[in-house]
Amino acid sequence: MKETAPQKIEDIEIRLLLEALYLKYHYDFRNYAMASVKRRLRQAREQLGFDTFSAMQERLLHEPAMLPRILGYLTVQVSEMFRDPSYFRALREKVVPHLRTYPSLRVWIAGCSGGEELYSFSILFREEGLEERTLFYATDINPDALHAAEAGVFAVDRLQLFTENHRKSGGKSSLSDYYQAAYGRASFDKGLRRNVVFSDHSLVTDAVFAEMQLISCRNVLIYFDRNLQDRALGLFKDSLARRGFLGLGAKESLRFSEHAGAFVDFVREEKIYQRRAP
Amino acid sequence: MSASPQAVVIGSSAGALEALSRILSVLPATFILPVIAVVHLPPDKRSILAELLQARCAVRVREAEDKEPITPGTIYFAPPDYHLLVEMDRSLSLSSDEPVLFSRPSIDVLFESAADAYGCGLLGVVLTGANHDGARGLNAIVEGGGSAIVQDPDSAFAPAMPQAAIEACPNARVLSVDAIASYLQEIGRS
Repeated sequence: MKETAPQKIEDIEIRLLLEALYLKYHYDFRNYAMASVKRRLRQAREQLGFDTFSAMQERLLHEPAMLPRILGYLTVQVSEMFRDPSYFRALREKVVPHLRTYPSLRVWIAGCSGGEELYSFSILFREEGLEERTLFYATDINPDALHAAEAGVFAVDRLQLFTENHRKSGGKSSLSDYYQAAYGRASFDKGLRRNVVFSDHSLVTDAVFAEMQLISCRNVLIYFDRNLQDRALGLFKDSLARRGFLGLGAKESLRFSEHAGAFVDFVREEKIYQRRAP
Repeated sequence: MSASPQAVVIGSSAGALEALSRILSVLPATFILPVIAVVHLPPDKRSILAELLQARCAVRVREAEDKEPITPGTIYFAPPDYHLLVEMDRSLSLSSDEPVLFSRPSIDVLFESAADAYGCGLLGVVLTGANHDGARGLNAIVEGGGSAIVQDPDSAFAPAMPQAAIEACPNARVLSVDAIASYLQEIGRS
């Protein structure tokens, strides 16, 4: 890539800030797609009241309490339960029949954020009678997001959308069976996270940790540059069992990846891939 | 006006299809600039916008893909339910960040990132729409040395968006849809 010189001061400051974040706290955003990172950091700078990114970097280096606040801006993700209902319908109709043939299952929700995707899976697996034999790994780099996912509490005004999505995904029960609403918040059934391991894991810097039958990682790769996307996809390839499944976001694909050859399209229009037998 | 544009970004909302087809359908196949556009659409709709407009346009029209390099003489549309951004290396990227002004894709998000990438080489165009998206982004384009055109609110299907853009950028050129079309033809000549 051509470097367009001379660089703007703001761009230099952002690079230095990301370098500081990495060197001091080992959070590595240096190979993220920069346009989004810049937008989020500008929001952080404005809302946290810093005049410059250099000032923000200084505080970040000397005051560890700044870390979760800045990390919140860099990683915050608003998802929905059963987002893209047709994806969950395809899992239910096309992938679940294969999963039934295994006595035990490991499923990885990579970049689980506040847990919307995790609870969607765990409800779907309960409806399909697979819950007892499944161990879910829900991972994210942001500890606050992991806590939120573990708590399983969502604002009730989001439930209408979640319920509608669940119905469209071919839900066999009523979403209201799984939560109790009070004071504007809906708490999801603790049983849904009985078989869930919540863990801090980075697709940028961490390695394979278990062999999976299914990995769902949606709308995470779009935040990475091409090289980082390839690293993450390599990690998924190495984590999947023979004929294991990988689900990506609606606008993500393996097409340009060096790992494309390790997968076959399983449900092409839903970005569900299957690992080839090596 | 500023240096001759290297790229055009267009934002529109209510009434977009008619305005966009009138502008884009007159561009000749030899049009050399990339055009990157955001139209507000219902999130659950599979976008047929690109296909629809391709049928009426001589220039290549496509839905933007993540990390796709921007090619001259191509019109890109943001996919529904994703923000579309321009990277410094002039490739496109998508994000599912929270909606901005209730919109995803957001015109402001596209315009601000494109202003960073193209600086004075960017032309921003705000067309018909019933909200205020695009005003802040158009301002960022002007601040970055780029140029701004706004559809004449009196001729717009929904005047709120062009009006807000003019308030944010008082020096923007205010033109009819047909005048915008002629201007683009002019600057996109090889």
